[in-house]
Amino acid sequence: MDRNTQKGNTMRNIRTFRYLLLIAVMALIGAACGDSGDDGGGDGGGDADGIRIAIVGPSASNDLAFTQSIVEGVNRLDGVSEAAITDGTFVVEDAATAIRNYADEGYDLVLAHGSQYGGSLQEIAPDFPDTQFAWGTAADTFGLANVSAYEAASDQGGYVMGVMAAGLTESGTIGVVGPIEVGDAKLYVDGFVNGAKATDPGVTVTVNYIDSFSDVALASEAAESLLSVGADVLTGTAQMTVGAIGVANENGVAWFGTQSNQSSVAPDIVVANQVYKWEVVLQDLVDAVAAGDLTSEVYEINFENGGLVIEYNDGYDLADDLVDAANAAIDGLKDGSITTGA
Amino acid sequence: MSDLLTTASLVAIVASGIRLSVPLLLAGLGETFGQRSGVLNLGVDGVMLLGAFGGYYTTLKTQNVWLGLLVGLGIGLVFGLLYGFISVTLRAEQGISGIGVYLFGLGVSDLLFQKLVGTPLPIPSFPELAIPGVSSLPVLGPMLFEHSIVVYVAFALVPVAVIVLNKTTFGLNIRAVGETPEAADSLGVSVGRVRYATTIIGGAMAGAAGAVLTIELSIFQQNLTNAQGFIAIALVYFGAWRPIGVMLGALLFGLLNALVLQMKTLGIIPPDASNLAAMAPAIITILALVIVANRFRAPTALTKPFVRGT
Repeated sequence: MDRNTQKGNTMRNIRTFRYLLLIAVMALIGAACGDSGDDGGGDGGGDADGIRIAIVGPSASNDLAFTQSIVEGVNRLDGVSEAAITDGTFVVEDAATAIRNYADEGYDLVLAHGSQYGGSLQEIAPDFPDTQFAWGTAADTFGLANVSAYEAASDQGGYVMGVMAAGLTESGTIGVVGPIEVGDAKLYVDGFVNGAKATDPGVTVTVNYIDSFSDVALASEAAESLLSVGADVLTGTAQMTVGAIGVANENGVAWFGTQSNQSSVAPDIVVANQVYKWEVVLQDLVDAVAAGDLTSEVYEINFENGGLVIEYNDGYDLADDLVDAANAAIDGLKDGSITTGA
Repeated sequence: MSDLLTTASLVAIVASGIRLSVPLLLAGLGETFGQRSGVLNLGVDGVMLLGAFGGYYTTLKTQNVWLGLLVGLGIGLVFGLLYGFISVTLRAEQGISGIGVYLFGLGVSDLLFQKLVGTPLPIPSFPELAIPGVSSLPVLGPMLFEHSIVVYVAFALVPVAVIVLNKTTFGLNIRAVGETPEAADSLGVSVGRVRYATTIIGGAMAGAAGAVLTIELSIFQQNLTNAQGFIAIALVYFGAWRPIGVMLGALLFGLLNALVLQMKTLGIIPPDASNLAAMAPAIITILALVIVANRFRAPTALTKPFVRGT
């Protein structure tokens, strides 16, 4: 190899190193930016300062839906010294890595907030027998002593929303934008349809599952499609529904929200929201962890235990008789005289 | 099935398909310029996200959608320049560097959104323009001539791109640099300069595509594009590196998605088959891509850095 060739190779290596470094830095910055954000501080450890909780969620922590509901719930818990969040983990492998890393870093309670994370948790939890895990929405603890599960009776809120929607519609057609037909999304939609039908058997409730939790543009077009068949009241569940809310807002069509309070997105047309209060059941888990106990329980939030609440939008002028109908439905669901049929 | 063939349904499908195709078309047209000059940018989606956030935040703060669009375009332009530096000056392996740009855009757009905005807030959308004379036509009017202004602009850019690529010296240089950069270089064409220009055009168009998406939706969310940038890249292959082909691909993808949505709304596709139907647009596009790929040839120098004298 002559001197010029050697020099050329050296220059090429330097150049290769330079651009790989640049790309790596950009990718790392991007990944780090989008990956996690720690709330609070302290070194935790389940002692006097409180326990350390980690949340792994599939969408943004400010998605106005599923992930935001758990973040807000954890922020309302007592006895927590630190709450770390890794959000946007639509890819299950990314979530699994985050779950394992948090357990490895000594977090006392790791919340795998997604029904798609069950398989990963089943593999990871046995490797960390002193760490408490919880996941949802689900009802399976896999027979593991350190895994609890939590779920939402979202069909209850869906039913109540359906009661109000049936009273609001003038065209007799109500539209629903759904993500994928699973978990609490399916429960909510089924409850909504049954609530509307129970109130007025003559209404048509058209459900459009777009088969995505994240496609905002497709959710928007699904809402347009529902309007094209005459829907004058809309609802939807999961984080991609912000697109559908935009369409409802643009067309002045009433919207019912779920999981988190969505009134801020469209203050004029959001009627009411079913809001998850996960702290109602997670507080027990936190207290147990703080006491040094591991639990393998299945928790559920519902109207009766206060884990589900209906938050009305003050900016929407909802008729009193519809509020009364909603309250009657809530009472009926609490005392068991009404079932959602979901 | 007869419900699907009503005027209202057909109007809804076509209008929806056109709306869905616009971000793909804008990003795809920009990427066509880059690929015709030999530069593949897999970071289109990341640039779209950055443009989307820039457009969203500017519109949120100023309530001016045009300023939002301009900022989105400007951000894309800057990242096009950066990608030109990476791929042309540093001669980076284009696949890897594009993924780096994508991850950067994905993460930074989310970080900025969380830190500067927090809870999603609505923004105004582009004004609609009913084209005088034709918007009142039955069926065709609401299908084709009652869209927001950016829809017309996006489709008007197709003939512009055709003319630039096929009828101008700049376009000739782009094609020459993408096919035989050595020959172009020997004739005095600056390969680097042409490739910088096309990556800047591609970046600007991707940034504008992101801004258009967020302003049309009136909202921003983490990973708003949902991989539309990658679909746009596939559509460049689908369209055989020709603007009209890219447009047809974007329309096909948009219309298929709209058709599936409308069939679900009408109950023609039952919920049980919903997930299978949702895959249809992607499957049909892939099939078309395979057919096209076997009939047309990619630019010879695509993904190959140019080094004089090699």
